[in-house]
Amino acid sequence: MKRRMRKILEKITEGILFSSSTVTSLAVLLIILFLFREGLGIFTSTSVDRNNVLAVHSLNPVNELTTQQIGGIFNRDILYWDEVGGTHDSIILFTINEIGNYYNEEELGTDFEFLPQKIDELISHQPNMIAYFPNLYLAGNFHGKVLPHNKIGISEFFAGKSWYPTSEPAAQFGILTLILGTLWVTLGAILIALPIGLVTAIYIGEVAHPRMRSFFKPLIELLAGIPSVVYGFFGLVIIVPMIQKTFNLAVGETALAGSIVLAIMALPVIITIAEDAIRTTPVSLREASLALGASHWQTIIRVILPYSRSGIIAAFILGIGRAIGETMAVLMVTGNAAMIPTTFLEPVRTIPATIAAELGEAPYGGTHFKALFALGIILFIITFAFNTMVEFIRPRKSK
Amino acid sequence: MPEYKVETQNFNLFYGDFQALKDINFHAEPNTITAFIGPSGCGKSTLLRVFNRMNDLIDGVKVTGKAFIDNMEVNDRSIRVDELRKQVGMVFQKPNPFPKSIFENVAFGLRVNGISDRHFIEERVVESIRKAALWDEVKDKLKKSAMELSGGQQQRLCIARTLAVEPSLILMDEPASALDPISTGKIEDLIFELKKSYTIIIVTHNMQQAGRVSDYTAFFYLGALIEWDKTIKIFTNPTNIQTQHYVTGKFG
Amino acid sequence: MKPGKRLSQFIVFNLFGLISYLIVVILFIILGFIFIRGFSVISWSFLSAMPAEGMTGGGILPAIIGTGCLVVGSILFAFPVGVLSGIYMNEYLKENWFKKFIRMMTNNLAGIPSIVFGLFGMALFVNQLKFGDSILAGSLTLGLMVLPVIIRTTEESLKAVDTSLREGSYALGASKLYTIRRVVLPIAFPNIITGLILSVSRVSGETAPILFTVAAYFLPKLPSGIFDQVMALPYHLYVLTTSGTNIEESRPMAYGTALVLIVIVLIVNMIANAIRRSYRKKLKLR
Repeated sequence: MKRRMRKILEKITEGILFSSSTVTSLAVLLIILFLFREGLGIFTSTSVDRNNVLAVHSLNPVNELTTQQIGGIFNRDILYWDEVGGTHDSIILFTINEIGNYYNEEELGTDFEFLPQKIDELISHQPNMIAYFPNLYLAGNFHGKVLPHNKIGISEFFAGKSWYPTSEPAAQFGILTLILGTLWVTLGAILIALPIGLVTAIYIGEVAHPRMRSFFKPLIELLAGIPSVVYGFFGLVIIVPMIQKTFNLAVGETALAGSIVLAIMALPVIITIAEDAIRTTPVSLREASLALGASHWQTIIRVILPYSRSGIIAAFILGIGRAIGETMAVLMVTGNAAMIPTTFLEPVRTIPATIAAELGEAPYGGTHFKALFALGIILFIITFAFNTMVEFIRPRKSK
Repeated sequence: MPEYKVETQNFNLFYGDFQALKDINFHAEPNTITAFIGPSGCGKSTLLRVFNRMNDLIDGVKVTGKAFIDNMEVNDRSIRVDELRKQVGMVFQKPNPFPKSIFENVAFGLRVNGISDRHFIEERVVESIRKAALWDEVKDKLKKSAMELSGGQQQRLCIARTLAVEPSLILMDEPASALDPISTGKIEDLIFELKKSYTIIIVTHNMQQAGRVSDYTAFFYLGALIEWDKTIKIFTNPTNIQTQHYVTGKFG
Repeated sequence: MKPGKRLSQFIVFNLFGLISYLIVVILFIILGFIFIRGFSVISWSFLSAMPAEGMTGGGILPAIIGTGCLVVGSILFAFPVGVLSGIYMNEYLKENWFKKFIRMMTNNLAGIPSIVFGLFGMALFVNQLKFGDSILAGSLTLGLMVLPVIIRTTEESLKAVDTSLREGSYALGASKLYTIRRVVLPIAFPNIITGLILSVSRVSGETAPILFTVAAYFLPKLPSGIFDQVMALPYHLYVLTTSGTNIEESRPMAYGTALVLIVIVLIVNMIANAIRRSYRKKLKLR
């Protein structure tokens, strides 16, 4: 009896242990599930809000407009219909707020009960008008032509250069600038952090006295432990003004500032892992090289670095992964202008910073909200790919 | 039919594809000491671990044939492995006291058995430490950490820990290989003393030790039991040429 | 060795050393800067008062308490799950595809950017499970994020326990569970604790995961339950620095907040190092 109880108890314990061990895998799966559930919706959403319509005169030859064209028209970048496939007439804009310019309150009725008819009438009289108004006011016997709601296409999303998530009537969700911005800042960070990180790893792992090693190690750990928001703060009050002065810029919040801060943040990762890899080189290899008359430096270059190659690559990849995903520090120092980067001395906007800055204001479940989750998916896929790559590259620790 | 304490019949053991024990037929009578000798990797430690099923802890082990303790088959499904291990004590190559007090180390096996009577535990602990010839050295510091003892004392503590559960068979896996000569002497004296009440199998690399303490000696080579006889016979007049080479130090 | 060769090696090594020390210098600049600017701000009232005057005055008490709540909440979740998981990985699972899979997933979870945790926490805890912006949602999000750290340290600590001790226990007839409970865990525990402490440091500094799960911009009262929103130190620093009502005048508050954050991280790191060192000493004794 007692024995059976114990057996059952052991089984239960094992069950609890097992379930705990599945939590991380479950979390990853749930993260994938929820990101995709919210984010993939972007491709079934429309850039023009479904509660509003765009309408033109029934005889207008234009049957549909792309998101860009709508944006151009309402920004007054596009002034004539022939630019979008119509006649050579200038485009007349109408939004619901302007109804007062055409009709007085009496004509619209006390509860705006005549509004739908009036809008219909207005469009019928204006062959060159494009009107943007709520569905609600679409008359039952509307005589104009309602333009179809375009779904946001994959190429429009990935290759679009404009990120105007809140513009009316057509929000623009082109993430190319954000992707390039992220890569740009990361590239800068890596260019700074890789050489410094590798050199430091070699110094600590090979050259420095063991006592110095135990001096460096905790400091590097501490560097890794400083919260990213503190790095951002530091960058904002020190690095940004410094860059502004040095390069005589109007604003110091630039890609360069982001790269420098990110480089500092990626250094501990790179140093720790690269140094681990360097130190796993077997003593016998090192001794063989030294015994052949190679100098310490030659041994490092010819024997130790090639031997620990995969670990060093893993360090680089993890460093890049860390830089790509970093949010707060970048958000605070890069200026967040969504434009295609050409130099390091202009503001850029990264994917994580965009999510952090905008999710709070994006209405739940709306197109903007979905677009931000789609950005999350991209970020997730990039880092997941990097980490999985490292799994295969990085040698098992031999103990 | 003679009553053997330990017996194997056509026993084979595989680590995956590698056969570590080949057709072993062996037995030991009660209150005897048998020494297992042979070069490293010959299977002597593996066979030792068959009797308390410590090989269970290693992945991919497969056995065929039979192994008995008191005519009970150790791999039988009805055997509970923890019950088996209580009957079969084991002393390891490296002293492995738990990082607890000396007292708690010896009491550990009793507590495992669910014994909570403090008086009984105390009595048994003292008795076991005495049997292990350690009492005079530790009687004033039972509450001190076992880590503070010397290597030889630690090994005798591990023997005391084993004795406390009152096994009938004690397996020793090179119990003195990590110790200095004086400690080794003390352990050997102790082993000889223990023979009165226990059956002992000892794995050793040390020929002199095998010669000094054991009644029987079994020589293993490449997983096979090459020769097994009275110790005096093995060391003075072995039948097999390999045995002869080994005991005279020509290889191994 | 030729003298030229030796000289160039000497130069290269010293250059490397110089670069390495540069990193230390950067660390001390960051720390020193925040200490010097922040020290004059810190006072008892700064630590114990509500923010006031559009966050240009008063103190940061609700942010300190909020961060405290999040640390406790996330650890309550992540520590047991992480330790149990580590035990299962190291003591029960054999080296097979399942273990490899779990390890890969754990490593991947560790590599997911913190902002993605924020998105996930918002989607699952805040919206799907309807916890709302709350300590509960924030703690679970942060807890998931530090889970890999705790699992890894637990696994490493258990691995460091000598197999012979396990065998000794089994040989006395102890069951696996008994062996783990009475032999393995007591030895590994101090090291497991360092993992816990490092997670505390991480949780108290993270901003992105709490942005949309719990953090309040301005909430001058203390939480009364796990479904309340709270302010938190890192988010407060972010707000003070970038989007406060009067950024210039709240600068001193920002320095003070940054200093408090840094001090927490420093203390926590020091405790972890101290435990690790005494643990190493204990192991050497054997």
